[in-house]
Amino acid sequence: MSKVLIISPEKCLGCRSCELICSFHREGAFNPKQAALSVLTFEEAAISVPVMCMQCEEAACSKVCPSGALSRNASGTVVVDENKCIGCKFCISACPFGNISYHPAERKIIKCDLCGGDSNCAKVCPTGAIEFKEANVANLRKKKAVADKFKEVFGEASV
Amino acid sequence: MFGWKGTLLRVNLTEKTIQKEPLNMKDAELYLGARGLGTKYMIDEVDPKVEPFSPENKVIFMTGPLTGTFAACSGRYVVVTKAPLTGTIGASNSGGHFGPELKFAGYDGIIFEGKADGPVYLYINDDQVEIRSAAHLWGKDVHETTDLLVAETEEDARVACIGPAGERLVKFATIMNDKHRAAGRSGLGAVMGSKNLKAVVVRGTGAVAVAQPDAFLATSMDARTKLKAHPVTGVGLPTYGTEVLVNVLNQSGALPTKNFASGKFDRADETGGETLREKYLVRNKGCFGCSIGCARVTRISDGPYQGFGEGPEYEAGWSYGANCGIHDLAAITKANFICNELGLDPITMGATIACAMEMMKKGSLSREQVGRDLVFGDAEAIVELTRQTGLRVGFGDQLAEGSYRLAESYGCPELSMTVKKQELPAYDPRGVQGMGLEYATSNRGGCHVRGYLTAPEILGVPEKLDPLTTEGKAFWLKIFQDLTAVIDSAGICLFTSLGIGLPEIAAQIRTAVGWDCSDEAILELGERIWNLEKLFNLKAGFSKADDTLPKRLLEEPLPDGPAKGKVVELEPMLEEYYALRGWDADGIPTAEKTKALTIEG
Repeated sequence: MSKVLIISPEKCLGCRSCELICSFHREGAFNPKQAALSVLTFEEAAISVPVMCMQCEEAACSKVCPSGALSRNASGTVVVDENKCIGCKFCISACPFGNISYHPAERKIIKCDLCGGDSNCAKVCPTGAIEFKEANVANLRKKKAVADKFKEVFGEASV
Repeated sequence: MFGWKGTLLRVNLTEKTIQKEPLNMKDAELYLGARGLGTKYMIDEVDPKVEPFSPENKVIFMTGPLTGTFAACSGRYVVVTKAPLTGTIGASNSGGHFGPELKFAGYDGIIFEGKADGPVYLYINDDQVEIRSAAHLWGKDVHETTDLLVAETEEDARVACIGPAGERLVKFATIMNDKHRAAGRSGLGAVMGSKNLKAVVVRGTGAVAVAQPDAFLATSMDARTKLKAHPVTGVGLPTYGTEVLVNVLNQSGALPTKNFASGKFDRADETGGETLREKYLVRNKGCFGCSIGCARVTRISDGPYQGFGEGPEYEAGWSYGANCGIHDLAAITKANFICNELGLDPITMGATIACAMEMMKKGSLSREQVGRDLVFGDAEAIVELTRQTGLRVGFGDQLAEGSYRLAESYGCPELSMTVKKQELPAYDPRGVQGMGLEYATSNRGGCHVRGYLTAPEILGVPEKLDPLTTEGKAFWLKIFQDLTAVIDSAGICLFTSLGIGLPEIAAQIRTAVGWDCSDEAILELGERIWNLEKLFNLKAGFSKADDTLPKRLLEEPLPDGPAKGKVVELEPMLEEYYALRGWDADGIPTAEKTKALTIEG
């Protein structure tokens, strides 16, 4: 079973430490605009949401790539082969979530590769708003949250 | 270049010119950045006797070498200018995202000179830098100004601006960035207003590099891990925000109540962080690079004080709360929202209202002069008078001068709880003796964030000191003041010092800029900065006579609580402090001292 990035926006402080560490591991310096993920803050709703590549099963980026530079590796991550990438940027248009961008100075696309299976954004998140875990474990936690709601409503009613 | 970007913007508002110039690296190595380096530019370029609102005064925005990096809580920048409230060096720092964005745009700082002939704002988008008209923004509040500027520039631009209070030269107007974060004290927003400078808008797409990437990452992670594990920075602040201190200080008998008449407020709990969390907290928020998350996003959904915003912080919760005898947290929160919207410092605002309340109680002010009754406990008054002050209408026009000038104009300056005309914050020094020395010696007047001895005296961080004695306070204060100067100049948040100390902070600085030096050498940077600020103030005309406290705190014993019967025993602490600093008996740095610290000018 492969691990996935699970976000819990209700825990996010909007500190953008994830953007910092992502850019650092990509280019060795701190540059949030060149990170593969972004934290979007909705002020009136009072919530911040880290947004990053979902590693889609039916990956539009990979399908549209004319040079075969985007493919799924053995652990299920959609990765870029920089030797094959011709910089056409079709993948940026194709991604339905806006999760691929382009580094103008280095002339290459920026896409999350889960840090080769050791996601740094999850490691540095101060509140656990980003976690890197087995998909079934993550599901279980969300199911438990829903179950808790039922417990609140019906637990009290049955007394 | 590592840590620093190496480039400054110099903007002459009179001539409408913009120049890029190399950062003075010799000074950067001696004064680090932000507060220290900004002060160095200030003392080199501006006569300390300058009138704060004259075109000859300058406003300097400055980041530090850690701003915008992965260092713990790296979102800070500072604004340095000559302060209108105090006449001292003014240096107020702020978090949020504005400071890092300036670095990503490629600049360590901006020096504003002169005065524009009409409202303007500065727009920075990487290399593109323009002075633009702000005629359509003049008169608008902080939130509307920020929204309009983002709409007319870039969606991801960051805004620092003044509100109506800064435009109207309220002596304690703030500079607000990211809507809710404030370069808050001493009236720096009014200096922007005097220059017709409404806002600075910045967007950057570049990187900040560090000298030893792997080592820097390791030291930053170490700092973050320790902050997470510490009870203050890992539990207290994230859970209850800075307002967690209300009950703590009240239990210590050092929560100033009704303009420092007492140190205990019987309804303090209703104004504290626990109540705020229960009633109005929407969620926690962190500034850029923050691993603490003390900020409170709050909403009041019903009743007369509806609103949405951030805060109050402890100081505002106190200035409007216990200090005005008010226990209605909705009114306190609303008054704080108005401060953020109009661009006012809530410490001075609440404390000035408290002073006016005592003036009316004692008969120095009449109902006719104020336009309403003004008694301790009147929650509606703080909301209404805050609004009047931000707009300088009605009695607000007089409150806008701060409590010292207000009380003096009615012949009772002793009722103003100020040092160097700046209102004292939320710690009664009769119950926290070291804070008395901090207030008296702070280089920007009445202030708690230059040497926060509340940490050891009340919180027991890094070790517990008896708050009611004077022993050892001068020794600790010097260390705290010097370390704070380092923190403020590095571009990180002072709250880190509640969970980590000099070793962790020095390690982050060293690995970011590539220095090979001792922790002591880093702390000496702070001492150099402290002495430079002192020299500015001496040249501005301040003397030992100004290093004092309001008469009440020196002569009237606290009437109740654990510190009952205490006054501040200032003189022996001050004498010891001057000696430890290597200053003469009049508090003037000796020639040997300035030479040893390699301070020029």
